[in-house]
Amino acid sequence: MKNLESSMAGTVFTVNVAVGEEVSAGQVVMVLESMKMEIPIEAETAGKIATINAHEGDFVNEGDVLVTFE
Amino acid sequence: MKKVLIANRGEIARRIIKTCKRLNIETVAIFSEADKDLPYVKEADYAFLIGPSQVQQSYLKADDIIALAKREKVDAIHPGYGFLSENAEFARKAEAEGITFIGPKPETMEKMGDKIESRITMINANVPVVPGTEEGLATVEDAILAASSIGYPIMLKASAGGGGIGMIRCDDETTLVKHFESIKTRAKSYFGSDVVFLEKFIDSSRHIEVQIFGDKHGNIVHLFERNCSVQRRNQKVIEEAPSPNFPQEAREKLWEAAVNAAKAVDYINAGTVEFIVDHNHQFYFLEMNTRLQVEHPITEAITGFDLVEWQLKVAAGEELPVKDQSSIKSHGHAIEFRIYAEDPKTFFPSPGTIASQSWETEEDIRIDSGYEKGDKVTPFYDPMISKVIIHGENRKLAIESAQKVFSSAKIEGVKTNIPLFQQFLKDESFTSGEYSTSVLGEWMQRQREEVSK
Repeated sequence: MKNLESSMAGTVFTVNVAVGEEVSAGQVVMVLESMKMEIPIEAETAGKIATINAHEGDFVNEGDVLVTFE
Repeated sequence: MKKVLIANRGEIARRIIKTCKRLNIETVAIFSEADKDLPYVKEADYAFLIGPSQVQQSYLKADDIIALAKREKVDAIHPGYGFLSENAEFARKAEAEGITFIGPKPETMEKMGDKIESRITMINANVPVVPGTEEGLATVEDAILAASSIGYPIMLKASAGGGGIGMIRCDDETTLVKHFESIKTRAKSYFGSDVVFLEKFIDSSRHIEVQIFGDKHGNIVHLFERNCSVQRRNQKVIEEAPSPNFPQEAREKLWEAAVNAAKAVDYINAGTVEFIVDHNHQFYFLEMNTRLQVEHPITEAITGFDLVEWQLKVAAGEELPVKDQSSIKSHGHAIEFRIYAEDPKTFFPSPGTIASQSWETEEDIRIDSGYEKGDKVTPFYDPMISKVIIHGENRKLAIESAQKVFSSAKIEGVKTNIPLFQQFLKDESFTSGEYSTSVLGEWMQRQREEVSK
C-alpha cells in the first residue's frame, strides 16, 4: 500500500477523487489551501484509491497522509 | 482620539501601533489563536483573543470586533488592509455604535467596490477608463456581441471582484464562451454577485497608482504615484515611487485624473486610484482602493509624511496636515520589496518557524516585519512576512542599496523570495526601469531556459 502525503500545512479545499477510483500519475487528488493559495496535490503514481483520510475543510499538517492506495 | 482598536494582524497592526504610540493614542489589538505570540500582540496596550485561527472565525467576525470595541470604549477602529477594510457594512455598524471607522464613507466604499458602478462614476468625471461594457452581461450571447465590438483580447471580470481575483483573459470567442459561466459561478461564490463585464486587454501595460487623501472639509490632495508592475500571480512583489520610465507630462496628467476621481466621490481619508498605463503612457482607470495600501511606505519615504498619522487626524475631523498641493514635495526614490514565505521558484507557500533573520540595515532602510526570530508563520494568512523599504537620492542609488541589503539578508526556517530579489535586482529588465507587468514572469522563464541549456 502506498500513501500520498501532504506537501504542506493547509486546509483541504476540495477532494477530487473517491474511494475505489483508479487514478493516473499526475492526476489531481486534492486541492489544499494554504496562505491564500490553492495548491493541487497530485498522485505520484497510478493506482486505485483505498482510503481518503482528509475531507473538505480539514486542517492537515505537512507529512499527514491524505489518501492511501491499494 | 485617545484609544484605537486595530482590526488586523501582523506587520500592518504593528505599523499602526507604532504611530499611535508616537501620538499617545492607546491601542487595542485583536488576535487569533495562531497569532497569540506575534510581536504586535505584545506591543499593543491591550490585546484580546478574537477566535480560532481561520479568518472567518477571527479577523472577519465583524460583530464580535465591534462588540469588543464597544466594551473597551475605543474611539475608533483602524481596519488596516484586507479583512474588513473595504467592508461598508462593518463601517456602518461601527459608526452606528458611535465608533469612528478610520476610512472613507461606507457609500464611497460600496460605490468603488462595484467595478461597473465605479467605471460609470469615472466616465462621468471625465477620467479615462479601459474600453469595455457599462452594464452587466446576462448571457454569453451578450458577451460575444460586446466583445466583438470592443475587440479581442478582452478581460472577463467580476463586477464585485478585485485584487486580481475573479478575472480571466480571453483571446477569442471560443475562450470567452468557455469561461463565461465559470467566472459567473466563481464571482457568485467569492463575492456574492454573479455580475460580470468586459474590458479591453491592454498589452504590455504597467500598473501605476496614485495615493490620494481627502478630509471632511473638502480638501483633496495626491501624494504622487507608485509603479507596482513587478508582480507574480497578479500580486505585487516590488513597488517604486516615483514610477521609472514615465515622463513628467504624463505623471501630472495622471495625478490630476486621480484627484478628479477622488473628487467625484467626495473622497475622505486615504485612498488609491489604480490605473493601467500602456507603452505610450496613455492611462486608463482600473479601480479605486478605499483603504491604506500595503505599499504606502514608499509614499511616506518620498514625501516624509506618516500616512497613518494623516488617517487618524482626518478621522478625528481635522483638516489634512498639508492641504496645499504645491507644498507637497517628493524627494529621491523609494522601492519596497515584499518578503513572502514561499518557494522563490514555484511561489508555493512555505509556512514554518522563523529560526533566524538578519538584515544589514543602514540609514534610509526601513523594515516593517510582522514576525521576529522564533515566531511561527502559519498557513492561515497571507504569505507576506515583511516589507523592506529603501530610500535613495535617486533610482540608481536605491537599487544599489537594495542589492547590498539583499546580498547579506538571511531568513532561516521558512523559504522566502530573498534569493529571487538577489538575482532579479541585477537584471537589466528591472534596472532599466522600462518594464511592464509581465517582467517577472518573463524573467523567470529566461532563468529556466538558462538552466536547461
